[in-house]
Amino acid sequence: MSGLTMPKADSNTLSRRAEIVADLRDIVPGEGVVDATNEMRVFESDGLTAYRQLPLVVVLPQTVAQVSRILKYCHANDIRVVPRGSGTSLSGGALPLEDAVLLVMSRFDRILEIDYANRVAVVQPGVTNLGITRAVEHEGFYYAPDPSSQIACSIGGNVAENSGGVHCLKYGLTANNVLGIEMVLINGEVIRLGGKHLDSEGYDMLGLMTGSEGLLGVVTEVTVRILQKPETARAVLIGFPSSEAAGQCVADIIGAGIIPGGMEMMDRPAIHAAEDFVHAGYPLDVEALLIVELDGPEIEVDHLIAMVEAIAGRNSATTCTVSQSEEERMAFWAGRKAAFPAVGRISPDYYCMDGTIPRKELPKVLAGMRELSEKYGLRVANVFHAGDGNLHPLILYDANLPGELEKAEAFGADILRLCVKVGGVLTGEHGVGVEKRDLMPEMFNETDLNQQIRVKCAFDEKHLLNPGKVFPQLHRCAELGRVHVHRGQMAFPDIPRF
Amino acid sequence: MTTITPATEEDVLEAVQWALSEETPVEVLGQGSKRAIGRFVQTEHAIDVSRLSGVTLYEPEELVLSATAGTPLAEIEALLGQHGQCLQFEPMDYGPLLGGEPGRGTIGGVLAANLSGPRRLKSGAARDHILGVRVVSGRGELFKSGGRVVKNVTGYDLSKGMAGSWGTLGIVTEVTFKVLPAPETETTLAIRGLDDEEAARAMAIALGSSGEVSAAAHLPVTVTGKVIGGALSGKASTLLRLEGFAPSVRDRTAKLKALLRPAGDIDEIAEAQSRQLWREIRDCLPFADGTGRCVWRVSMTPMVAHKMVAALRLGAGVDAFYDWQGGLVWLRMEADPEPLALRRLIAHFGGGHATLVRAPAAMRAAIDVFEPQPPALAVLSQQLKHQFDPKGILNPGRMAAGS
Repeated sequence: MSGLTMPKADSNTLSRRAEIVADLRDIVPGEGVVDATNEMRVFESDGLTAYRQLPLVVVLPQTVAQVSRILKYCHANDIRVVPRGSGTSLSGGALPLEDAVLLVMSRFDRILEIDYANRVAVVQPGVTNLGITRAVEHEGFYYAPDPSSQIACSIGGNVAENSGGVHCLKYGLTANNVLGIEMVLINGEVIRLGGKHLDSEGYDMLGLMTGSEGLLGVVTEVTVRILQKPETARAVLIGFPSSEAAGQCVADIIGAGIIPGGMEMMDRPAIHAAEDFVHAGYPLDVEALLIVELDGPEIEVDHLIAMVEAIAGRNSATTCTVSQSEEERMAFWAGRKAAFPAVGRISPDYYCMDGTIPRKELPKVLAGMRELSEKYGLRVANVFHAGDGNLHPLILYDANLPGELEKAEAFGADILRLCVKVGGVLTGEHGVGVEKRDLMPEMFNETDLNQQIRVKCAFDEKHLLNPGKVFPQLHRCAELGRVHVHRGQMAFPDIPRF
Repeated sequence: MTTITPATEEDVLEAVQWALSEETPVEVLGQGSKRAIGRFVQTEHAIDVSRLSGVTLYEPEELVLSATAGTPLAEIEALLGQHGQCLQFEPMDYGPLLGGEPGRGTIGGVLAANLSGPRRLKSGAARDHILGVRVVSGRGELFKSGGRVVKNVTGYDLSKGMAGSWGTLGIVTEVTFKVLPAPETETTLAIRGLDDEEAARAMAIALGSSGEVSAAAHLPVTVTGKVIGGALSGKASTLLRLEGFAPSVRDRTAKLKALLRPAGDIDEIAEAQSRQLWREIRDCLPFADGTGRCVWRVSMTPMVAHKMVAALRLGAGVDAFYDWQGGLVWLRMEADPEPLALRRLIAHFGGGHATLVRAPAAMRAAIDVFEPQPPALAVLSQQLKHQFDPKGILNPGRMAAGS
């Protein structure tokens, strides 16, 4: 683990391990409690495999009542809890702690209700993202957010991370597609936020919960909006002599009032790696490649494709191919979708970053990345959700070379600093987790962070849920609660002076 | 009552710190266009942010707009319109319903009330489009959250936390919204003469088709004459809006008409009149009758809304119409507002919530204007309020008694 400090393990908890395991077995009988080291091994990391840690014990509840009792027990006994869905987080959000119960929600895997007339599905949190679409597609419906891990990632994890995907400029993130949840608070109380209705009542707790990375509560049920599948989809593959030209083309498409279903950009190293791997038919003599997918009624798609072709022509595109069949559309995407494994073929290891930038800053950020690449002596390939400015630089390195992982991480941190500097953010969809935790002060000052932690205090005053994630330092709630009154410093004898 | 009118963010900070040091609660105001919603706030002082006005960043090609909180919504919508863009969530204007002027209100108020419109069922509300905020909390601290890019999961989404908080957590000084292209054109289909239940079925069919319906409302016969100058009077109207590029709208209109023909006679309402129609539905104009009769805004499961209304009618005089396929019900009570009966029925029909948006101040003090929450959630809400405003100086009691 390169320089990551996790909260100090509680020796009292560690010494009581056997008793805790026994108490958890009372709550979840049978195979629902795993405490043997070799069986816990599969849970020791999530999608961010550079970090590994065995948990105190793993518990896999099956009912809401069990989740409630587990949390109530941990709350009463000051035991930390790390919630986990499918464990596909790319930021270490589900990384276990030595002294924490790992609460695995994978046995909550049932679809509870599909209501086509109201266009919602009510599911348990362990159902996979793709599992929802699979359950409704025979009626022509689907669930819109599509993170690339959708075959494995759970909807509960999607809520925790506010997951996105390639279609979210048009169809929104998880936060825009979840109507309600049932969740358990750390004290064991079960609450419901929202439901099948569109507006949830009171403060937007649902908005706060979505993307809270397992620090506020444990989701036990999710109500999602399902959408009618677009009648058709076609893609345009456009090559450019420079990233500037590609960026301008994206700006012009949006300027023309078009919001494509997907709009992806790749740079030269990514194009070459992908083409070598899947032979998608990508042009190799271009600096940037754009895939623009239009979806909707056929007539609309045809109309928009003609507009996109004209815009591409005006932006010195060197190639422009429109998919003529579903096979061809899939082939255009095959290269993009295989970009990560393709990069994995040309390098022993790669490190995937996830910043978002104002799109117009792309050339500047790419140039900065080239400089950093030389400075660190590591190659980088870029794939980019061009519509929303979400950049995924893939840093190529070899973990077997001493010091190279640290170098890749330092390179990645510098890229994210650059993103923030040009007006962007640290993470567009992968979450902060442990990975970007210590970079939070690049984006937020102490007051900003303290107010976020105060939200944590409203939900979990003892900081028992998923500690060590998101916040570089978790100040004690009592300390944060003090109000500093500047009494006397600003006498207000003449209020109307404003 | 003294009203403090800060002209800068620093002034707001200073004003809140002053209120905190004096331990004197303040009412938080923009233009005051929604002041009559919620429980009556009784304070000696007010902080009015309407001078905090101006668009601070607008980059159409990046789809973002930032403005200080007191910027008039009308000014922002005009600016967006010049660039063919809009706030896709179609924020409603409460002015006419509350007996005020139309076209007032600030962008800060849009977020504080989490406004939306007929497109809610497709595109969400203000909370779905807010990207970033700057806020002075009740602790007298200035914090920021979110950013100015359209995809961001860095830290808790305190921007959404401000949505629908009615100025009780902090004073928002600046907002950044995602903006989107305005539809090139629109048209509306009106199925005539359906009862509430038939209308619910027809709307479900339309929304379950690939017609990409962007608004669905049902105006029963008592209401239908009160929009677009009476052009729809006589028979109930079930209304479906189609928006987008002209060739697409034409194509979908034809397909949807064919699909729905068995439901009843269908009229087509062309672009200009369609825009007016949905503006009037958005602003609840049928009940902007110049009276003080109580009006409820009910959010519930779309397909059962008509059953709730039918059951309510058994015991109360009520006029109603439906937006969001039934997910939004506007109710005007002829006499007593019947909060208990109404809320019992909403709970019975799958849950949701009711807000008493128009009622005399005395009634708003006596009745829960916002839906009362179950105990565990109410405790959590209080804890959240405490973390932002521990001394309870911002809009005390606006959302719930004692909060």
